[in-house]
Amino acid sequence: MPAAGVVLIVTVVLIVLALVYYLVSTIVQLRAITNGLDDVIGNVGEILAKTEPVEPVVADINANLDAAVGALEGLLVKKAGMDDAMGLVDGLYPGAAAAGLRDFPESREITPPRIGEVYTKGTLTLARLGREAPIAVANPAGPVLRNVEYGSLNARLLYPEARQARPERLERSPVIGTDSPEQYEQREDIGKPRKRMRSA
Amino acid sequence: MTLWWIGDIVLLVVVVPIVLYLLNDVLSASKSIVPSVRKIADVTAAGSRDLDAVPLLLTTQDQVRQTVAGVANYGGSLDVIIDDA
Repeated sequence: MPAAGVVLIVTVVLIVLALVYYLVSTIVQLRAITNGLDDVIGNVGEILAKTEPVEPVVADINANLDAAVGALEGLLVKKAGMDDAMGLVDGLYPGAAAAGLRDFPESREITPPRIGEVYTKGTLTLARLGREAPIAVANPAGPVLRNVEYGSLNARLLYPEARQARPERLERSPVIGTDSPEQYEQREDIGKPRKRMRSA
Repeated sequence: MTLWWIGDIVLLVVVVPIVLYLLNDVLSASKSIVPSVRKIADVTAAGSRDLDAVPLLLTTQDQVRQTVAGVANYGGSLDVIIDDA
């Protein structure tokens, strides 16, 4: 066999060996990819199975909440009127009146009144009962929650003050007079004869 | 004979490098896919674990029903004790 033929055969063998090495390596990597995709498919199947009941449950929750929102909005408008209702909403949640009531689209057109001028603090307290009052922390069959001994003070605090008396620890007015503890003008001529202007 | 040698040289200088280059590219591409698939599998596993709390939605649903019922009773009482505007 001529030398050129030997070189040709050796070259072809080298090519085949390279093909074997690279193709086997590629097959190993593709097997790893297949195994990884199997894991992915399994996990995605779990996700699908777990999320399947979410939609009806969330739809039911939303339906209940929608009914509650509609009923509360209707009650608020019925009891307070549209204008005052929007003022009340804006007083409790500043800026919320701009969004309006969901079931009353005309409420977006209303300029909410300053609720402090319309309602007493007691009404605002009543309005806050749903989210801040301690009404739900005790059994309704138990003793009353309000302070019986200082009931009048609590009731008085519900209404606006005629005179601004708070904060409670305001500095007292300064004591003035000749016997005051601090003399604000230390003058030596006090109590002495008045000075007279000399005549020219 | 000369043509044979020319064929050998072409095979060694042109064909073999091209074959090696292409095979190497295929192997590199397949190797680069494996970590991505592994990451995707990890992420989907984590997502599946996160959804283990989904059954708690049933508790939320029940509590929302009870809350709405309480609000309805509360609103009914308010409707009675407060005058209309």
